[in-house]
Amino acid sequence: MTPDAIEQVFRDESGRALATLIRLVGDFDLAEDALQDAFAAALLAWRGSEIPANPRAWLVNVARNKAIDRIRRRRNFRDKEAEIVHAIERDAASDDAEPLAALDDDMLRLMFTCCHPAFAPEVQVALTLRTVCGLTTAEVARAFLISEDAMAQRLVRAKQKIRLAGIPYEVPGRDALDERLRDVLTVIYLVFTEGYLATSGAELIRHDLACEAIRLGRLLLDLMPEARDIKGLLALMLLHDARRAGRTDAAGDIVLLEEQDRSTWNRAQIAEGLALVEQALSVKGRPQPHTVQAAIAALHAQAPSYEHTDWRQIVGLYEVLLRIAPSPVIELNHAAAVSMVDGPARALALVDSLVARGGLKQYDLLPAVRADLLRRLDRRNEARAAYREASDATQLVPLKRLYARRLGELDAPS
Amino acid sequence: MQYLLMIYQNEADYAKIEKEAEGKMLAEYQTFTQSIIASGNFKGGDRLQPTTTSTTVRVRDGKILTTDGPFAETREQLGGYYMIEAQNIDEAIGIAARIPGARFGSIEVRPVWQYNH
Repeated sequence: MTPDAIEQVFRDESGRALATLIRLVGDFDLAEDALQDAFAAALLAWRGSEIPANPRAWLVNVARNKAIDRIRRRRNFRDKEAEIVHAIERDAASDDAEPLAALDDDMLRLMFTCCHPAFAPEVQVALTLRTVCGLTTAEVARAFLISEDAMAQRLVRAKQKIRLAGIPYEVPGRDALDERLRDVLTVIYLVFTEGYLATSGAELIRHDLACEAIRLGRLLLDLMPEARDIKGLLALMLLHDARRAGRTDAAGDIVLLEEQDRSTWNRAQIAEGLALVEQALSVKGRPQPHTVQAAIAALHAQAPSYEHTDWRQIVGLYEVLLRIAPSPVIELNHAAAVSMVDGPARALALVDSLVARGGLKQYDLLPAVRADLLRRLDRRNEARAAYREASDATQLVPLKRLYARRLGELDAPS
Repeated sequence: MQYLLMIYQNEADYAKIEKEAEGKMLAEYQTFTQSIIASGNFKGGDRLQPTTTSTTVRVRDGKILTTDGPFAETREQLGGYYMIEAQNIDEAIGIAARIPGARFGSIEVRPVWQYNH
């Protein structure tokens, strides 16, 4: 095997192997170190030969022995550690015939632990990317735009908290499962949105993060096929991501939905997303916010053009969202959809009432939506001021270029 | 594991709530305390006098320095605590959420430092 191929196996297997190791050795840090040792051993053992039939089992077995070595090497090897070694060896003897379902549970344990509500959301995201997705600390640091040292520090503290505060390594019981699953879905969606519309930087889409989020969504659906809500979220991500190729031009500039070349959209991914939305919508009971958002994305994905989009139904779906998950961002999106049904004047009234209530002070897309409505109403001076405000509010270079282009169009004689 | 559950609330607001509830708060606390004694989670707990009664002590250059009042003026003050034994943080959070004060103020859940051997 080539080193590249071995790297790929590590990438595919590290999350699940780590999940099982943490259960076996009872410690995040020890499991991570031991898995690194096992990767090093695999690089030597697999090069120039065939990959083992079950690489994950190979890695887990080697790492388990490395963990025992590491405990033994500790200077102050005491009775308690001898007990741990004994326990690990005993488990090793008994679980060779471990059913696959138990290993799936390990991955869920890991996801639920990383997304535990005792962690701040950004810590949940960082831990998930590092352990479940197997990103390096440097890669996670890049996703957060902070230094590798600062991220390493954050991860160390989080793992300390797992141990010292007694965050359990288990899948929550039935009574808490729905709520805890929502936390996991929120983390996946945070990973996705950061990847889909980066909050800052030169690139509009950080494709790697969006792909990780979709991979997490697929994994979770695979592990919990009966759970509600996962299909809606996965559909939402697939449908948004399917439009990726059309969202920027060759220069990296943003292309708005109305100007996108719809032939660039990924039709296979749209078909997969549409099937999932249908399944999510057919579940009895109150629809989940992600599912309704996915239904909106589905209408966009199916529309032959911006004008021939079912805006009336989109407005209706936003109204459903305003009932089940009201937020200023949803209000803003609702207003933008209303502008396509009832015209920009009606939409501007909605946006201005939102501003008057003090919602969305921090939201950088608010002035952009206002600017667009004012431009369509031909209120040029106000539109200019709003575009300048929008440009000041964003840190994204492609958005700044878009607003500069709009300002140029406003200044041109019509 | 042992956890200290610290009950923070605005003293002035809580005094008002307590007065209006006419003894109901005390009864609620008694019921809660009884329930965690019965479940075996209770290790200890007390209500504290208000921060107007507190004194802060420091030793500098071998001299005892005292100041009238709490270490820091904050919007919410420590009003009481429970020491509990719980299996993990999930159980501790569940118990903290049942403290009557959780509805007005906030409960900080802190694991107790464990010394090995």
